[in-house]
This record gives sequence, C-alpha cells and structure tokens, in this order.
Amino acid sequence: MNSNIAIQTVEKTTAEVRGMKVEVKDLSVFYGKFQALAEINVDIREQMITAIIGPSGCGKSTLLRSFNRMNDLTPSAHIQGKITLDSEDIYAPGMDVVDVRRRVGMVFQRPNPFPKSIYDNVAYGPRLYGVRRHSDLDALVEHSLKQAALWEEVKDKLHQSGMSLSGGQQQRLCIARALAVQPEVVLMDEPASALDPISTLRIEELMQELKKDYTIIIVTHNMQQAARVSDYTAMMMIDEQRAGRMIEYDQTNIIFTRPKDKRTEDYVTGRFG
Amino acid sequence: MNQFSVMLAQGHQRRRSSRRTVNAVMLALTGLLTLLALIPLFWIIGYVFYRGGKAINLDFFIHTPTPLGVPGGGVLHAIEGTLIISLISSILAIPPGILAAFYAARHPNTPLGVALRFSTDMLSGVPSIVVGLFVYALIVVPQKHFSALAGGVALAILMLPIITRTTEEMLKLVPGTLREASLGLGAPEWKTSLSVVFPAALDGIITGFLLGIARAAGETAPLLFTALGNERFDLGRMIQSGVQSHQSIFQVIGRILNQPVDSLPLTLYKYAQQPYPERVEQSWAVALVLLILVLLVNIIARLWIELRARRLRG
Repeated sequence: MNSNIAIQTVEKTTAEVRGMKVEVKDLSVFYGKFQALAEINVDIREQMITAIIGPSGCGKSTLLRSFNRMNDLTPSAHIQGKITLDSEDIYAPGMDVVDVRRRVGMVFQRPNPFPKSIYDNVAYGPRLYGVRRHSDLDALVEHSLKQAALWEEVKDKLHQSGMSLSGGQQQRLCIARALAVQPEVVLMDEPASALDPISTLRIEELMQELKKDYTIIIVTHNMQQAARVSDYTAMMMIDEQRAGRMIEYDQTNIIFTRPKDKRTEDYVTGRFG
Repeated sequence: MNQFSVMLAQGHQRRRSSRRTVNAVMLALTGLLTLLALIPLFWIIGYVFYRGGKAINLDFFIHTPTPLGVPGGGVLHAIEGTLIISLISSILAIPPGILAAFYAARHPNTPLGVALRFSTDMLSGVPSIVVGLFVYALIVVPQKHFSALAGGVALAILMLPIITRTTEEMLKLVPGTLREASLGLGAPEWKTSLSVVFPAALDGIITGFLLGIARAAGETAPLLFTALGNERFDLGRMIQSGVQSHQSIFQVIGRILNQPVDSLPLTLYKYAQQPYPERVEQSWAVALVLLILVLLVNIIARLWIELRARRLRG
C-alpha cells in the first residue's frame, strides 16, 4: 500500500523547482496568552499543491487561516513573524486585508454555499469588487463554474438555490465562488472530508487541473489524499507546550518514502495519529 | 456462573414484578395528567367556538357598531384599530429589535451584549399593565388625550424583547462558516451581515415578528390607558373626509394616530361587562375572532421555526 503511494508520488513530483509564492518566516500565532503556532518556517512554491498534514489540534487550520488573515476575525489572536505573498508582507500595516483575501481565496471543510442562487453565489465576490455589467458577470460566472468543473451540471439551473445541489456539487460551487475573484493562491481546509469517495475523487482531479493556474495549499487528515494530490508536504505536530510546530517540510515523495524525522515516518505509515 | 451473577439473578427475579407494577402506574399517571393539562386549552377553544359562532356573520366584520337596540352592526372599528395599533407597534419595534439582535448575536460577551440580553429578559417579564401605565405617563399625560399612537408605543415595548430574542436565536443558527466564506472573499462585516447572514436567517426573523404581533394583538391591559377605546372610530369615513377637504396623506395619518381607537381585546373587555345580552353575545364573537387570529399566527410561526431549525440542522 505504502510503496504504491510512493510510486504514484514519485511519478507526479518531477522535482521541478518553481518560484516561491508564499514565504513564512518564524511565524508564531497566539490566542490571548496561548501559543497555537511556534516559529513556523515554510516556503510555498508557485503553481504547486502543498499539503499540510499532522494529527488533530496541531495547528494546521490555524496556519492555513494565517495565509489570508482569517485569524484576524478572532479578537484575541495576534501573530509574530512574517508571511509574504510575492515578497510583500501581508501583515504589514499598510496592507489591505480585503486585497489579501481577494488574492488568497479559501475553500472550507464543509460546503457552505450562500442561501442564494448558484449564479449569485459565484457572482457574490465579483460584485463586491464592483463588477456590475450583466455581460461581464455572466462571462465570469460561466468561466468560474467551468474552472470548477461544475458548468455542465448546472448551466440550465443557474437560478436555483445553491443549497439544492449535492454535497460534492456544493463544494465545487464553493470552489467556483472562490475562483471568481481571480485569486492567486487557493487555501483548502480539508475540502473533501465531508464528501463521499466519488465526490472526493472529483475534487482531487479538479485540484490537479487548478494547479496550472493557482498555487494551492491544502490541509488534510487523509494521508493517501496528501500523497495523491500534493507536490510538497508539511508535517506538523504539537510540542510539550501544546504549540504547533512544523517538524518536516519536503517534497511529498520524500516525506512519504524517506522522511528525515522519526515522528513523520510514524505518522505517515499510520503508526499513530 | 459465579456467586455474583447468581446474586444478581436472584435480586432481578425478586424485583421484576414490583418494577413492572410501578412502571405501569407511573405511565398511567403521567398520561392522565397530560390529558388534564390539555383539557383547559380545548375547553376554551371549544366553548368560544360554541358561543361565538352563534353571533358571527359577515356584517360583524364589515360594519361599525349600531346603537343598542338596533339589530346588526359589527366590530369593524375594533378590527381597524387592532390593525392600526399593530402596524404602529411593528414599525416602532422591528427595526431596533433587529439591529439589537445583530449586535447581541455578534458580540454576546461584551458588556453591552450582556446588558442587552439581561434587559430584554427583564423587559419580557414586565407586566403589561405596567407598560401601559408607563406610556400613559410618557405620552398620554403630556398630550392630554388618549391616542392610537400611545397604544402602538405600549405594544411596541411589549413586542421588542420577543423580536430581539427570536431574531438573535435565528442569527445564531446561521452557520459561522457562511460568515467566514463571505469575509474570506474580502467582504466587509456590514456587507456580510446584510447580504449573507440576514437572508439566511430571514424566515426565522419573520417568525419572530409574527410571534411578537400575536402577543401584542392579544393584549388588553396596556391599551386601557393608552388607546382607551373609541366606538365611533371609522377609518373609511376619516379617509373620505380627508380626501374631500384636500388634506395631505400625512395630515390624514396624523389625525388617525391622534385619535383614541378600539382594539379587539378592548372591545371584548367592554362588551362583556355590559348588561345587554346582545353585547355579551357579540363579545363572544369578538373572542372567537381574536382567538382564531392569534392561534393562526402562533401556529404558522411555530411551524415555521420548527421547519427551519430542522433544515439548518439536517
């Protein structure tokens, strides 16, 4: 089983080195006095899929939510260190959080379409940024739904509620909604954990398609999924103070075949976690 | 079988019969008391339908009262009055109720949020006659006359906590990830509240209005010293005379607000006290109309809440 995964990933990751899209330097995140993340360092490569794995509660989601400043929504949260997007510090005082969130989109664990029509779900973001002309919106909605591989299934019912779709379709609708504001990075927080295997497969195929245009960072609990879809993998774990640390970060095939850290090996081979 | 299992088996045998008896008795008792608790409701509904049904007819809804001794006549004035007072109180209570609920749902643990929740709870416990007295001092005394406006203000105070609490609960049912999805797209907080959270909670919020209106429309006590009652109130004639004397719409509305008006519960209260059989008869009919109105609104609202909660959970 494990050797199978290894072969797949070796084939996939051609070890081509791309530019750095997102760089994290000595990032620590605190909720009040509690330190949730400690000194994270990781460089995310452009147009690649980076998976963040690790046991529950190790801060994977916290790290992911730092990339588009969603942690700002928690009043007690504050950070130390630096995250740059194309070498620009996203936490710099002059940085517009709205701009960060437009450039770094997010897909959540459970499909969460707005209680609006399919069309209005996708058009929601573009409208926020002032796109008003019907022809522009129509084109943008069609383009985004095609990117999310949903167009063929919904093109005749764009004005039905987004809630009327199946779980897998809803998640692809959420992906289309995130893509509609033309982000550069797409964050996915366990995007398939609430879906059945077939829908999961479709999301994974879609991710392969999307990485041609986007940098993707995915949090997953599913080791096989990380091995199947990602080019790079970051392994996280909590230390004695219950702060999340990154213990290893490398190409996915290396993490899954010859990890340097014993804890990573134990985790990816299923000996714990 | 070890010694303990033998011990337990014996005890089990000994207890079995008495346990069954106790179970049967308790079941019968709880069932009986449940029936007993249901009796008053169905008795009231049944009796009001029986007595009220006899006096009710179309005239009852479309005519104002006739003088005593003249047959016919209805309670159109009270129906109009109830609608006017309910409308005033809705306009006054709904906007602040919703806005307060938004604040309480988003900032439940701030001092203002805690104070808000505490005071809505207190307000919903204030006896309605006290609210009436308060509005009497606040509006009726300075104005030196009773009015529909004063009645509307009194009922608005009674509706406010109901609307605030139901709206708050409905807003809390909206999944947090929906907000995050909107904020994650770069939407500001107000835009998220207005175009994602509010629509998601809308039918629940409407339910809150309905419950609030049902409560307010059934109140008598706060109207006794505010709206007072007015048997000669005639909305149609007021509008007609307003049009004839070329008054603006605001002048007409102003005149309507400034008059004492009747409401269904007030009419019921006054008719039932009169020594004339036809008035007493009519008061039963008023009770029937009021009961149907309030029951309908309540049933619709509760069904709506139930369906909605199920849909959000499922």
